[in-house]
Amino acid sequence: MSHYREGAPITDTRAPDGPLETRWERRRFDARLVNPANRRKLKVIVVGTGLAGGSAAATLGELGYQVTSFCYQDSPRRAHSIAAQGGINAAKNYRGDGDSVHRLFHDTVKGGDFRSRESNVHRLAEVSTQIIDQCVAQGVPFAREYGGLLDTRSFGGAQVSRTFYARGQTGQQLLLGAYQALARQIHAGTVRSHPRTEMLDLIVDGGRARGVVVRDLVTGEISSHLADAVVLATGGYGNVFHLSTNAKGCNTTAIWRAHKRGAYLANPCFTQIHPTCIPVSGDHQSKLTLMSESLRNDGRVWVPQQAGDPRAPGDIPEDERDYYLERLYPGFGNLVPRDIASRAAKAVCDAGRGVGPGGLGVYLDFADAITRLGRAAVEAKYGNLFEMYQRITDEDPYAVPMRIYPAVHYTMGGLWVDYDLRSTIPGLFVIGEANFSDHGANRLGASALMQGLADGYFVLPAVIGDYLADGPFGEVSAESVDEAEDSVRAVVAALLAVDGDRTAESFHRELGKLMWDLCGMERGDEGLRTALARIPELRSEFWRRVKVTGSGDRLNQELEKAGRVADFLELAELMCVDALHRTESCGGHFRVESQTAEGDARRDDDAFSYVAAWEHTPAGPVLHREDLVFETVKPTVRSYR
Amino acid sequence: MALKSVPARPPESRTTVGRLWSSTVGKKAVMAVSGAVLLLYVVAHMVGNLKAFAGQESIDGYSAFLREFGQPILPHGGLLWIVRTALLVAVAAHMTAAIQLARRARRARPAGYERRPKVQGSYAARTMRWGGVIIALFVVYHLLDLTAGVLNPHGVQGEVHSNIVADFQRWYVVLAYTVAVVALGFHLRHGIYSGLRSLGVASAARAKAVKATALGVSVAITAGFLSVPFAVLFGIVR
Amino acid sequence: MNYTLRVWRQDGPAAEGRLVDYEVDGITPDMSFLEALDLLNERLVLDGEEPVAFDHDCREGICGMCGLMIDGVAHGPQRATTTCQLHMRSFDPAHPVVVEPWRAHPFPVVRDLVVDRSALDRIVEAGGYISAPTGSAPEAHAVPVPKPDADEAFESAACIGCGACVAACPNGSASLFTAAKVTHLGLLPQGQPERTSRARDMAQAQDDLGFGGCTQTGECTAVCPKGIPLETISRMNRDVLGGLLRSR
Ligand SMILES: Cc1cc2nc3c(=O)[nH]c(=O)nc-3n(C[C@H](O)[C@H](O)[C@H](O)COP(=O)(O)OP(=O)(O)OC[C@H]3O[C@@H](n4cnc5c(N)ncnc54)[C@H](O)[C@@H]3O)c2cc1C
Ligand code: HEM
Ligand code: SF4
Ligand code: FES
Repeated sequence: MSHYREGAPITDTRAPDGPLETRWERRRFDARLVNPANRRKLKVIVVGTGLAGGSAAATLGELGYQVTSFCYQDSPRRAHSIAAQGGINAAKNYRGDGDSVHRLFHDTVKGGDFRSRESNVHRLAEVSTQIIDQCVAQGVPFAREYGGLLDTRSFGGAQVSRTFYARGQTGQQLLLGAYQALARQIHAGTVRSHPRTEMLDLIVDGGRARGVVVRDLVTGEISSHLADAVVLATGGYGNVFHLSTNAKGCNTTAIWRAHKRGAYLANPCFTQIHPTCIPVSGDHQSKLTLMSESLRNDGRVWVPQQAGDPRAPGDIPEDERDYYLERLYPGFGNLVPRDIASRAAKAVCDAGRGVGPGGLGVYLDFADAITRLGRAAVEAKYGNLFEMYQRITDEDPYAVPMRIYPAVHYTMGGLWVDYDLRSTIPGLFVIGEANFSDHGANRLGASALMQGLADGYFVLPAVIGDYLADGPFGEVSAESVDEAEDSVRAVVAALLAVDGDRTAESFHRELGKLMWDLCGMERGDEGLRTALARIPELRSEFWRRVKVTGSGDRLNQELEKAGRVADFLELAELMCVDALHRTESCGGHFRVESQTAEGDARRDDDAFSYVAAWEHTPAGPVLHREDLVFETVKPTVRSYR
Repeated sequence: MALKSVPARPPESRTTVGRLWSSTVGKKAVMAVSGAVLLLYVVAHMVGNLKAFAGQESIDGYSAFLREFGQPILPHGGLLWIVRTALLVAVAAHMTAAIQLARRARRARPAGYERRPKVQGSYAARTMRWGGVIIALFVVYHLLDLTAGVLNPHGVQGEVHSNIVADFQRWYVVLAYTVAVVALGFHLRHGIYSGLRSLGVASAARAKAVKATALGVSVAITAGFLSVPFAVLFGIVR
Repeated sequence: MNYTLRVWRQDGPAAEGRLVDYEVDGITPDMSFLEALDLLNERLVLDGEEPVAFDHDCREGICGMCGLMIDGVAHGPQRATTTCQLHMRSFDPAHPVVVEPWRAHPFPVVRDLVVDRSALDRIVEAGGYISAPTGSAPEAHAVPVPKPDADEAFESAACIGCGACVAACPNGSASLFTAAKVTHLGLLPQGQPERTSRARDMAQAQDDLGFGGCTQTGECTAVCPKGIPLETISRMNRDVLGGLLRSR
């Protein structure tokens, strides 16, 4: 049985044709402008205050639009972008090491395993340099060298040093920059801020996105906000796996409900599993903590050769250890890209050679580095990470090797957008991790921050005027508003009415385990079909047995969680449909059926060089393909052997 | 959620003092400056007291000198009255600010915690308000005792040495002075430390120096003041 | 292991609150403090009771959303650690653990352990930024920043806006929070044009919102999860006074 139907392909992505290098410039020139007096009459809603939403709302406010901003946290400053550690890429070539816009473009297309659009990625690389200028002007305290100039480091397999950073808190510092710009606009009255407010539906009227239905998380009040355009910047949906490096509140609700209102969702199965996270310690684990990728520069990854070896790591002699990354990938060793390192860890653990509780972990050993560089040097480089590790695990990584295991980290999939960041619903724009992004099937380290800020500061503000030039779009019909509000009220009432015997958390945990096992690091036909059979059952069980205490008219965190889990239960099914239909392996999507003799991913460019954009219909998902054309970078096999 | 908004405020004062007074940071600066005036006085006072060790003529002469200073341009006791006026203004500013800030603090933290372990800050920091009150009460007593002479067994204006000796032969007077001076020492220790910070002088580099200065000055003043009563009590000064 | 959690329960901003004892068994030393609360909450829900409301999000010590008064210490017994990074191994099961919300007049209780900290946003909105409209920025290398200044600015910029400093301060002052921002921006060349007006406006907002004044007790630094030093307040005072001495 097929789980989906075919629809018409997508042919127009609104990207100008002609030379790649000048497409963005030409698009900006061609985009219609809105004069300042008219901007004041135009309303824009921005949902989300992360790097993408915060920077967009601030910039649109500066331009003079009437902006309304929402986030579910108690302050815009707490969006999950705050947690990004490593850094942000930009093609500044300050090192003179041969970096350029073209090289960043090239690396990103290749890193995405040839499943992203050349036009978008090139634009991203172009804009990257302006981001650094903007952030420095705002006072972002990037790391500097003794001469006072900006420092950079290399990251995620790139051969050049193009990653700008602020200790291990780059995301925090960039987000505070955007937040402060936003605060300035709130003070100036161009932006109205609504923290602790969750978007629960999109209002579509006359074929255009015209507003959102939100729930005030403190008073429980459900209300509508209307505008001439709606921007979603609500981040990723990695929490569909329950355990991930995402914040507890990260959700799919905003994009999923927009999807149900007609926005296509692209490549939902493309998820990134990060190889270096602290392993799960018990059943009550609530989230996973990332340990920066930079640790792999000096740590050596190994497991005992013998399955189930009960000895402490220090008692295992050198020749009974398997430094499997160094053995399998002698060229790159411990520095292979994320997807490869993650899968290799899974393979050794599946073979029973994993370490720590449940055998789900591998050692990341710094003994050699400490001998070679001295403890002080290791401490200077990684001190804060070691401390964080010790705090969580109560083990001293200077004395005992760290234990790490892969964890869900980022979702490349998201709402489909064209070159102008428009979704398939006119007037609905999607930016940041919430869109299906410029990262193809695998995101390179330090590129998500770049994309979020590129979208928010530079791309969206430059193209949104072309849409708004036709506005204001007049009154929104009362029926559309009522219908959306009623449907939100119905969902809230339904959740409260079940009064069953299981917590929302327990369903989330079960769904997460299912997705991790069957649609996680490796996906196979059989497993995906099992998942597709199980998810609807779980969903119906949810609606029969979930228990939400309290009422809807005040702060009710149980209700919030249940609503999010309900949406994850729907999204999960589409992810599995997407994963099942893409029978090739590419980037973060590894199909067991499509691998080389050595166990590497095998792409199938003839059959799958397209974006899978899914339409929601009552009769099930409909697939619209957008073919990818590679004129500048020719698809090659990614090999790290 | 209904947002907490910044309440409207009256138009800002056109005078610098008005602007300072309307801000908590400015008010603290006023306290620091008035405190510094008082501190200068206290230092001078303490040094003057030490003349008791040099004998009767020395300290009585000093007292007379203070009253005659500046004659004939100033009337008799002129300097003293100028100093007293300055002190009065300083005490008034200092106390008013302290009271206003304490009331503001109480409004800002109306409820306590169920369990509150020993606080992190210093003892001196926690006793500023009560210490100030003890000092103020003491000053009143002290003026009645040694300035007006009303509460002094000898009580003759100008005969400073005899007044002091008469006073401090009684252990409970020495005790009262000791309590007050130790309170002053604590008050000054945190006061100097805090005052320098209120005025923005304490950078990270100077933090240690600020702390050491505060401790050194307050110990010196405490010791200096206490030396006289104890010297009398133990018969060293007679 | 079995712990007694003595938790503040309060239905809403206007309601009376009280401490309620909960016996929670099955807590392991590796569990984080918030996971122990999760455990309690799942049981409460299954018993048909309303779970304890508390704020949290990233659970890795960076978003600043979590924040509980644990046994009278903001963010609990471990220094330089947010509530979400605490683990149960830091607690002795023999004693009940008292959990209360931040208390300060400008932080009204929303429900149980959740308070409204939006006053901190108002302080930033009053001036905690460098006015640099998008697109107006000069080339990033146009102005070098001496490394020590950049590093010190970073130390202050690390503030996560959790409000522990306010909760711990006997005067209900937000000075450490405000000073951290004033110091971060005031140390950078880009922040100079607005340096004194920024400090003054932010301090003014702090007063207007009902926070207390600073008396340098140092309670704030002691609980600050990011170790923002007390000296930042001195620097802020200097800039605020600089602003106040001049008429606008
Ligand atoms: C631990 C970690 C480390 C990372 N490190 C790096 C790195 O070093 N470099 C890099 O480039 N990338 C990194 N990433 C990825 C990167 O941080 C994110 O992809 C990026 O920050 C996403 O930004 P965003 O603006 O799209 O979304 P977010 O920052 O997630 O913001 C989402 C916003 O939407 C709001 N929101 C969500 N749902 C709703 C709703 N229903 N109603 C109302 N509001 C809603 C939220 O309140 C929030 O304000 C890391 C990610 C993680 C998890
Ligand atoms: C009259 C009663 C007094 C009261 C109620 C009082 C109260 C206070 C208070 C509350 C402070 C603030 C300290 C802080 O930051 O916590 C202070 C500071 C100070 N006091 Fe007093 N005080 C009094 C008398 C005195 C006297 C008599 C002296 C000197 C002899 C003095 C010297 C100082 C100094 C130098 C400071 C430092 C100023 C500052 O903190 O900025 N005070 N006082
Ligand atoms: S200064 Fe420290 S305690 Fe205060 S809000 Fe910032 S991080 Fe929290
Ligand atoms: S939950 Fe983010 S800092 Fe604790």
